[in-house]
Amino acid sequence: MKNSLWRRVKQYRMFYLLLVPVVVYYAIFSYIPMYGVTLSFKKYMFNKGVLGSPWVGFDNFHYIFRYSAFWNAFRNTIWISFGRLLVEFPMAIIVALLLNEIGGSRLKKLYQTVFTFPHFLSWVVLGGILVNILGNTGTVNALFEALGLPEVNFLSNPDTFRPFLYVTSIWKEAGWSAIIYMAAIAGISPELYEAAYMDGANRWKQMLHVTWPSISGIVAMMLILAISGILNGGFEQIFNLYSAGVYDVADILDTFIYRLSFSGNVSLGYGVITAVGLFKSVISLVLLVMANFIVKRMGQEGLM
Amino acid sequence: MDTTNDLNQATGHPESRIATRGKSSVDLVLHLLFLLAAACAIFPFYTVVISSFGTPTGHVLPTTFTLEGYKQIIQFGVGRAFTVSVLVTLVGTFMSLFLTTIAAYALSKKGMPGWKYIMGFIVFTMFFGGGLIPYYLTIKGIGMINSYWVMILPSAINTFYIWIMLSFFRDYPVSLEESAKIDGAGDFMILLRIVIPTSMPVIASISLFYAVDRWNDWYTPMLFLQDTAMYPLQLMLKNMLANIGQILSMNAGISSVAQSKINIPQDSLKMAAIMVASVPIMAVYPFLQKYFAKGVMIGSIKG
Repeated sequence: MKNSLWRRVKQYRMFYLLLVPVVVYYAIFSYIPMYGVTLSFKKYMFNKGVLGSPWVGFDNFHYIFRYSAFWNAFRNTIWISFGRLLVEFPMAIIVALLLNEIGGSRLKKLYQTVFTFPHFLSWVVLGGILVNILGNTGTVNALFEALGLPEVNFLSNPDTFRPFLYVTSIWKEAGWSAIIYMAAIAGISPELYEAAYMDGANRWKQMLHVTWPSISGIVAMMLILAISGILNGGFEQIFNLYSAGVYDVADILDTFIYRLSFSGNVSLGYGVITAVGLFKSVISLVLLVMANFIVKRMGQEGLM
Repeated sequence: MDTTNDLNQATGHPESRIATRGKSSVDLVLHLLFLLAAACAIFPFYTVVISSFGTPTGHVLPTTFTLEGYKQIIQFGVGRAFTVSVLVTLVGTFMSLFLTTIAAYALSKKGMPGWKYIMGFIVFTMFFGGGLIPYYLTIKGIGMINSYWVMILPSAINTFYIWIMLSFFRDYPVSLEESAKIDGAGDFMILLRIVIPTSMPVIASISLFYAVDRWNDWYTPMLFLQDTAMYPLQLMLKNMLANIGQILSMNAGISSVAQSKINIPQDSLKMAAIMVASVPIMAVYPFLQKYFAKGVMIGSIKG
């Protein structure tokens, strides 16, 4: 037995060799930082490093749980993420279903091109563009003024900031996310539609009884991924668009962690900041497992 | 359109559905809706173009045409940032592609003893990470702060892209590899001479994914570069959007015809910078698009 295992290992030796750089890469850039989460239970001292710093038990966690800005960021993360799930997640599916309805016209290609395009620009670029158009002196406010409406600065108004987030990320990503559903729709056999048509199903019924069941597996998988990423509420977008005036509604755990780490407030200590990060990761992991369980219960194929 | 004809050629293409859809005013409404949405999606980019040539914000039609904004950002060093971005994108994409391809190819061999453990080792990183501070300390510990490599090495592999490539390789016809083996080719030769050339669609789309990610990256350099002279385009732009006033007065100090130049609207300078940071992608986008769609399809449907 042992002999044959050794033979198989030898047979695959080239593939192990190919994996060496990859494993080294993950060890350095993923696993060493993962070990760094032990900082959550330590008081970090610059001269002693991660390994040498003294343990402090759950002190850092006790500290963040009494810190109101932490809870504000936590609440915002949850609200913004659930808002995204409710508003943005279905948009891509709707776009795909509707684009499918207009058939293979040349215009369909044009729409797709236009809708996927913003995906390829960074939030830095898009942030600059959005300020240009939605800021105080922007085109939209010029229009409002012409219509005699009051001026709204969408970026610095706490009431409009979250809807602004949803709308702009739909603008950036809905067309792109729709591609995966469109790919699934393209794989549906036309005979299914013909059969439904013969049975008297109109377009709405065809969509409901043919298209939807065929893509629901992919929808379930995307939903799991979306839920597991729920605490990653779009750092790049918010970081490029928010300002101190809207922290109350816009500050999420990631932006909070960034500001704590690099905006001069290091007095809190790296241990405390790492604890916030660990708290976030653990909840994400729990959500992932839960979402996977629920989707499997609903009869879909889960992730694991 | 001839419905019977369409019914006959049931090719699996959406076009063949026309027969079963019936014709209605729904199509018209959908087209109107999409045209409106497309116009809304495009309009912001249009305003960028006109303001980069000097039209003040808030105007729908262009009022002026000046290249002053572009001249100013060139003076500010956009050329150097552009070079950094191009080099990082080229070297980074090549490196990522190399690592991702060998990883995906090796991992597609499910019969390899220990496959499950190696796969678990890699996939776990998709769902759990150390967080910002431990990551920062690791990079600092390696000595990568203020080095160009920091924009290339730490983000060299994207696990999700490995997954897409892996599902492509897994469906690769085994017979092709076997016949090459009979002809005496080694594993490495097979990868180089047979698998890679026949996997071009997926390799092309993955390399384009990586290239776009590199080009748009501003966060890594923001964390790890302190020297503004090393900034890539996106980070320079970010810096510029935040501190435009300061930059203008600095440029004015350098320039001999200082005062006249400060008179151009700040927005046109910002928008000129935005143009420089996005035009390269706009230019290649039409070529990329079909690959992207294909790449996603390969990963999603077969995976």
